[in-house]
Order: sequence, then C-alpha cells, then structure tokens
Amino acid sequence: MEPAAEIPHDKLKTGMASKPKEPKQPMPPFKLWGPAVIVGWLIPGGGHFLLKKRIRAGLVLFSVASMFLFGLMMRGTMFQPQTGDLLTMIINCGGFLGNMANGVFYMLAMMLGYNQPDMAGHVHDYGTKFLVSAGLLNVLAMVDAYEIAIGKKS
Amino acid sequence: MPKVNLSHFEAALLFAFFTSIVLGVITKNTDRERLHYGLYVFGCFLAALFGIAWVMKLGHG
Repeated sequence: MEPAAEIPHDKLKTGMASKPKEPKQPMPPFKLWGPAVIVGWLIPGGGHFLLKKRIRAGLVLFSVASMFLFGLMMRGTMFQPQTGDLLTMIINCGGFLGNMANGVFYMLAMMLGYNQPDMAGHVHDYGTKFLVSAGLLNVLAMVDAYEIAIGKKS
Repeated sequence: MPKVNLSHFEAALLFAFFTSIVLGVITKNTDRERLHYGLYVFGCFLAALFGIAWVMKLGHG
C-alpha cells in the first residue's frame, strides 16, 4: 500500500477512484422537448407520435389504454389527495399523481362521473393498481419521449 | 361499462403483458433489442409469478 505521505493531497481528499467532475450540462430548451412531453401526458403515446415514432406510439397507446380500461372494468378506485399521517399522504397523493398521469383517459373518466368507492376484494384491488400503473407506464413513456426529443436516444 | 372478474393469475398475467410492452418499447435502441427485452421482462414476470406463488403455497404448508 502506498504511504499516505506520498499520496497527493487532492487524491487523499476525494479518493483514488474518483474522476474529475464533468461540467453540468445545461437544460435543453423547453420548445425542444415540451410539446412531446405535454402531448405524451395528455394522450399516451402522443409524444412518440409527434416525434415520428409511430409504431412505438401505437404500442404505448395500446398498453396504457388497455390497462386503464381493465382498471375501470375491474371497478378500481381513483385516489384523492389526502393529508394526515405520512403513509396516508404518500399513498393517496402518489396514487392521485399516478391516476393523473393517464392524461385524457383520467379526465374523461372523471367527466363521465366514474366514482367507485374503495371496496374489499382482489378484483377491485387489482383494478386500483391497474389504474395507477397505467399512469406510471405513461410517465416512463414521457421520459422516453423527452430523451428522444433532446437527441439522447433514437 | 361491463364489469370483469379476473382471477389473481389472469390479472397478474395481463399486468405483466402490458408492462412488458412498454418496458420493451422505451428501453432499448433497436427494434430487435426491444423485442428481446420485452420478451425477457415478460419471462421474468412469469418466473416471479410462479416462483412467489410456490413460495406462498409451501409457506402455508
């Protein structure tokens, strides 16, 4: 092992394996990625469609829409934001955000009066998870659309 | 809106199917890699589904 006295001071401080920090990249301009991400939120797969990735757009739309529809047909519950203890807040606010990420599907369901109370039973429970998971899959698709829009991915 | 009654297995299978499609679509760079990754993720879901089911069955005795 190298004696401590011979190790340069900067390496002693940061460790031998540390690499010089890369300069932080500036945020790409909003007009480059904004439309794809916003359209992708409102219409699942819309961001990919806007970026001329039509097959991928179709697959995302099919998956998110089907999952959301199955969630509705299984009579899943939509989350409402609630405050209280920490766990209640995380579950309800997180679930609400997950539901909201479905974009136009969530808005349509709310506008058409979908209001399912929380009920016991595995089918309702799976339905609730399907509704949130569809939104989370759409978030992943939005992140992908963002990366394609800024040129990080093809 | 019709109501559907699915078993645990059917619901988990549907979840795995839709999730695998999206994960395959967004993860890789070429169509071939996307197809392979989607099938791989679906296989992992199935393996976890059967594995955890057996663990629960054996755990209950």
